[in-house]
This record gives sequence, structure tokens and C-alpha cells, in this order.
Amino acid sequence: MTLDKLLVIGAALFCCGLYTILTRRNAVAVLMGVELILNAANVNFVAFSHYVSQLIGGQIFAVFVIVLAAAEAAVALAIFLRLFATTGTVEVDTADHLRG
Amino acid sequence: MIRYAYIIPFLPLLSFFLNLAVGKRLPRKGDWASLATIGAGLVMSLVIFFEVFRIYDPNFQYHVVVPWLSLGGRFVINAGILVDNLTAVMLVVVTGVSFLVHLFSVGYMHGDPKYSRYFAYLSVFSFSMLGLVLAESFFFIYIFWELVGFSSYALIGFWFEKKSAADAGKKAFIVNRIGDCGFLLGFLLLFATTGVLGYDEVFRAIGEGKIGGTLLTLAGIGIFCGAIGKSAQFPLHVWLPDAMEGPTPVSALIHAATMVAAGVYLVGRVYPIFTPDAFLFIAYTGLITLFITATIALTATDIKKVLAYSTCSQLGYMILGLGVGGFTAGLAHLTTHAAFKACLFLGSGSVIHAVHSQEITEMGGLRKKMPITFITFLIATLSIAGVPLFSGFYSKDMILKSALLFGMKNPQHMILFAGALLTAGMTAYYMFRLVIRTFLGQPKDHHKFDHAHESPPNMWVPLVVLAGLSFSFWYSGWFGDLVQKPVSVISAPAAMHASAPGADPAASVHSREGRFGLTPSLAYAASAEESHATPGHSPASPPARAEGGHEAAVPPAAQEPAGGHEAVGALGNAHEEHLDHVAHVWSMYLSVLFGTFGIALAFVVFRFGWINPEKVASAFRPVHTFLLNKWYFDELYEATAVNGTKAFSRALGWFDLHVVDGLVNLCAQLGVWISYLTGKFDNGVVDGAVNGVADVTIGSGSIFRRAQTGKLYHYVFVLAGGALIIFLIKAF
Repeated sequence: MTLDKLLVIGAALFCCGLYTILTRRNAVAVLMGVELILNAANVNFVAFSHYVSQLIGGQIFAVFVIVLAAAEAAVALAIFLRLFATTGTVEVDTADHLRG
Repeated sequence: MIRYAYIIPFLPLLSFFLNLAVGKRLPRKGDWASLATIGAGLVMSLVIFFEVFRIYDPNFQYHVVVPWLSLGGRFVINAGILVDNLTAVMLVVVTGVSFLVHLFSVGYMHGDPKYSRYFAYLSVFSFSMLGLVLAESFFFIYIFWELVGFSSYALIGFWFEKKSAADAGKKAFIVNRIGDCGFLLGFLLLFATTGVLGYDEVFRAIGEGKIGGTLLTLAGIGIFCGAIGKSAQFPLHVWLPDAMEGPTPVSALIHAATMVAAGVYLVGRVYPIFTPDAFLFIAYTGLITLFITATIALTATDIKKVLAYSTCSQLGYMILGLGVGGFTAGLAHLTTHAAFKACLFLGSGSVIHAVHSQEITEMGGLRKKMPITFITFLIATLSIAGVPLFSGFYSKDMILKSALLFGMKNPQHMILFAGALLTAGMTAYYMFRLVIRTFLGQPKDHHKFDHAHESPPNMWVPLVVLAGLSFSFWYSGWFGDLVQKPVSVISAPAAMHASAPGADPAASVHSREGRFGLTPSLAYAASAEESHATPGHSPASPPARAEGGHEAAVPPAAQEPAGGHEAVGALGNAHEEHLDHVAHVWSMYLSVLFGTFGIALAFVVFRFGWINPEKVASAFRPVHTFLLNKWYFDELYEATAVNGTKAFSRALGWFDLHVVDGLVNLCAQLGVWISYLTGKFDNGVVDGAVNGVADVTIGSGSIFRRAQTGKLYHYVFVLAGGALIIFLIKAF
């Protein structure tokens, strides 16, 4: 396994996440896309930590990101619950109140 | 008491304010307040008069001033009072007649809706006149002069619901203003040249020669113009007969004690400043007045109009007397006239009250119905007609004597005496015509006659008092002693009225201790001793002189040294005495002759009917019509003064309407035009800019709002696209 291959895996994960966000209408699916992007970033952190700096700062950062992702998921799911209670759906298209 | 004289005018002023403010709510509607204050004034005046009388000094003078208004340092206007013999007499006359008129009014005005206001006006009238009498400077006499004018306006137009009364009030006021204008100019001329306002200061300044010659004559005539207006002299006499529209007691007040007396008093008060030319002017004004108005009185049939014209005529006598140098004579006539004319007017008021008519053609035979009114009216008539033993004879005879003396010295002016003598006869005639047609003969209108009744006591008591005062023994003797001609202050020897040669002009200006202090003093002039020292001139002697009822019983020599009468040098004394004596005897005989003739003629025509007045009237139709129309004075003034003023006002009105209003309208039009243009600019440019900004904002907003779709994936797409673009830029 080389750094290049790991970066390609990270980029692929990122693209998958981005694609999910752009194409899915379900808010939970969008959240899952965001998780993919975060994990893409984690792959990059760990890869760079292993091959470039010889230190474990990057790996620790990845742990932080995982914690952050968990917190984010909790907040986001709470928001979706409220959204569902208000509008009866979790389709992100319906929540366009900020439209100009 | 003299030092408290200044209180007298303020008493009626007090009741004026009281009656004006709460008169209607007071018991008896406040008439007692006016009556009490003027009564108190009368008592004080009598006390002052008797104090002055006890001193018995022709030069007595009490003069006190306090600084009143300071206009920047040098120029101070003083307030003060001046009490001399003339003032003391006038105080009694004014308060006395005023009090009786108040008393009479209680009955006469009973039940009038404006009862308390009437008494308020009476009070302010008395206040003004008393202030005028006590004034010691031209400034204050002018203030009170105008107040008298105002009060007369209020009282003459008292029944202002009647148009004629309102018009009469206005006429009196406006005609008086014409005279007042002259008065103002006259005393301002004196003030401009001398710089002082007090009588004695002005007199002294004239004595020092600060003003003289023609200018002084003009100033004198100007001041006399005030008297022409107030004392109803020709050509401003027209207001007085119209003033009869006021309540009758008011007529009595105006004719006897206030108003018309003010003019004569003014001339007497400023007597020393008149030049011989001014005196001549005064004398001829008096002559013209007394003759014209007497002729009008011959034909008038309204009882009050006859009396009004007779007042004009008697005022003419006073003015004539003053003009020919008979200072004492003129003022004596003022005093005696006050009593008998007030009696006549109140008597006529009593008659009108009983008959409810003023036309003597509707009266007659009232003697039996109203005995007290008849007797008192007859006494007053005898007095005005100049019958010996009555007061009118005493004073009128003095005037005639002065006129004759003047005529003897200046034969070209003999007409002054002739006219006055002729008019004395006419006076007797028209007054007895009035008495005969009112009280004697058969009643013309039985309905009115049956209704007539004697007036209540508060109306006939004043009549009796005034009739009592119409006898000459009240006046003869002391009056001539106390009210003596002041020395003229004009330094140049006067040609016709030779003032005492060598007399120090300042002698007439008495010492004035306490001038700026509050402590008053009684001032006597040195010359007082002379007249006291003269035998037969003591206070004890008046009764002895009462018989003749006139002053000539006094040895003329006794009066000369006091600088009083027709003052002469020592050399001409004997001649002067002789002239004086001759003048007196002749004037007395002639006036009695003419008076008797007038009375006899009245009886012949109206009582015995030997001459039919209708036939005489138709025989002299033009003359009769001319007199009946009062010499067409009203028509003349209507045609000239009134219509002239109207035409002038119309011209001014046209100017106002077209030129002034045109300018104003032009300015307004300009303003409208400018505003129109400004409006256009505002609407187009300013508002356009504002709206433009708004439109641009709205337009750009409507474009950019489309970017905000509210769709999450749009934002993410743009975000990712942007990141990609940045990445690509960095990469290459």
C-alpha cells in the first residue's frame, strides 16, 4: 500500500460522499454523504500521518474527527426529527424557507 | 385740608371702578357709591373753599409737585396739584353741580337697564373734570382734557341703541378732536420753545422771552382751539345741541359744571400767555358764537335745544369777557352760569320726566301742575335774562362792562359791546318765550297735561338748591376780590391790553418751596399785601357791596394795585377810573333796558298775543327758515367736511384697492408662479432621483434573488464547483 493508493481511496470516498449529497433528497442520506466525506478526510489524515510526518498527530486528529462526526450526527438527527415533526417529511427540498 | 386736595378726584374714580366692576350686584345698583364719593368730594371742596376764603388773598396759591416720569435725566414730567382761588371756586362748582346732578339722576334714571353703568360714567366724568381743575401742567390738563372728552362721549351716547344718540356721541367726540388737535399743537409749540410743561415754568420762560411775537400768538390761539372745541364756540359749536340726545341730567352736567366749563377754565388758567392779537381772536370768536347761537335759540321749539343754544351763547359771553380783558367777568359768569344753567336743565328734565315730550309746542299751563319746577325754572330764567338781583345780571353785566371799556379804548372794536348787548336782549326774549310756552297759558296737549305731575323730592331738592344759588348776593364782592386777572407774562408792552408797565413778569410766578419735595407749602406772593392794605377791601365788606349785585360798587382804585383789572400806569389812573365808571354805568343801564325789552316782547308775543308770531315768521320767511335750520351749519359741514372726508376716503380706498392691493396681488401671483416651478423641479428631479435609486435596488434585487434557491444541493454544488475551480487554478 502506498500513499498514492490511500489518497486515491480517500478521493474516491470523497466523491462518493459528494455525489450522495448532491443527488439524494432524503436528509438522512445526505447526512450519510457527509459522513463519507468526513471519513475520506480521516483516510487522508491517517495516510499522511503514517507516510509523511512519522508522528501520530494526524491519527489523533482522525479520532477527533470521528468524535465530531458523532456529535454532528446527533445534532443533525435532532434537527431532522424537528423537521419531520413540523413538515411531516425529511425531504430536504421541502425545507427551502431561506429561498430568496 | 388744602394739602389733601389731590384726594378729591380719586374719590369718584373709586366709585367708577366699583360700579363698573360690581355695580349691578350692589344694593340699589351702586348709585349710593357714586353719590357718596362725589358728596365727600363736595364736602372737601367746601372746606378747602372756606379755608381759601378765610385767607382772602387774591394771590393765594398752593402748589406741590412730585417727579412723576423721568425721561432720561434732564427731562422730568411732574405730577402735582395747583390750588388757587380759581381752583377752589371751580372745585366747589364742579363737585356741587355734579352732586346735585347725581341726586337728580337717582330719580330721573330710575329703572334704566344700564343704571349702574350710568353712575359709573357720571363718576368718571367728575373725576376727569376735577383732575383737569387741579392740574398744574399743560401735560396733565391735556390728559384730563381728553378724559373729559371720552366721558362725554360715553354719556352723550349713553342710549346708544338709539341711532341719533350714538351719532351725537360720535359727533361730540370727533368735533372735539378737531379742537384738541389745536390744543395739542399749541402746547407742544410752547414745550418745543421753552422745554417745560408746568404752568408757572412756562409762564416764567415766556417772561424770559423764550417765545414771543407771532409764535406766541399762534400758541395761544392753538390752545384756545381746545377751548373752541370743548366750550362749543363757533365754528365747532355744532356738537353741543346734538349732545341733548344724552340723558337730561347729563346735559345739565355737561352744560354747567364739566366739559364746556373746561374750555373757559383753560383760557382762564393760561390767561397770562395770550398776546393782544390772541385776545382779539378770542373776543371775536366769543362774539360770533354768542350772536349766532342766540339767533338759533329764537326759533328752536325743543326745550332742551333752546337751552343748549343758550348755553353756547352764554359760553360766548364768557369767552368774549375773557377776550376783552374781563378775566374776573368771564369766570364769574362761568360760576353763576353753572348754577342757573344746571337749574334750567334739571328743571327741563323734570318737565320732560312729567310730560314725556321735549316740544314746547305740546306744553303750556304746567305752572299749576308743577309749581316747584316752575318757580325754580323762573328764578333761573330771570338770572340768565340778566334781571337785577339775580346772579346772571351780576356776571353778565361785568362782561358787558369789560366789553364797553374795551370798546371805549379801541373804538373800532365797539361792535363787541354792541353785539353782546343786542344778544342780551335776545337772551331775555327766548328764555321768556320758553317759560311762557311751557308753564303759562293754556295746555296745548290735554292728554300730556293730565299726565303731568310734580317730580319726587330727590328731583326737586336739587332744583331748589340751584335756584337758591341763582341770586347775586352769593357771588358779589368776594368773587371780584379773589379771582383777579393774573399779570400777563409777555414782556413787551401790549398795545391794547396794556399790562402793568414795569411789572416784573416773574411776580406772577409764585414762590415754590417744596417744588420737588413731598412737603407742601402755602405760597403767597409779595403783592398780596397791597390789596389787603387797601381800605374797604377787607372780608367784612362784601355785604355792603351786595346791593348793586356787581363789582363796580368796589372802588376801582382798590383793585388796580393788585395787578388785577385793566391795569394802568399811575398817571392814567384817574382817567381810567373815570372810564371804568362810565363804562359800568352805561353797560348796566343798557343791559337792563335791553333785557326788559326782551322780556316785554316775549310777553307781548306769547302771553298777550298782540303780535302773532306766525305772521312775523311768514313775513320774514327766509330769515325764519334760515334760523330754523340753525344757519345751515350742519348742512355746511356735511357738504364740506363730512363729504370732503368721504370723497378723500373714497380716493384712498380706490388707491388701496387698486395700487396697494395690486402690488400685493402681484407679489402673490409671483409667489404662485415660483412655487409652480419649484414644484415641477421637486416632482421631476428630486423625486426622480429618489425613485430611481429605489427602482435600481428593486431591479437588482429581483435578479440576485434567483441565486438563493433554498435547495441544499444547489448550495453544495456551487460550493464544490467553487472549490474545484480554485483547485484547478492552483494546479495550473
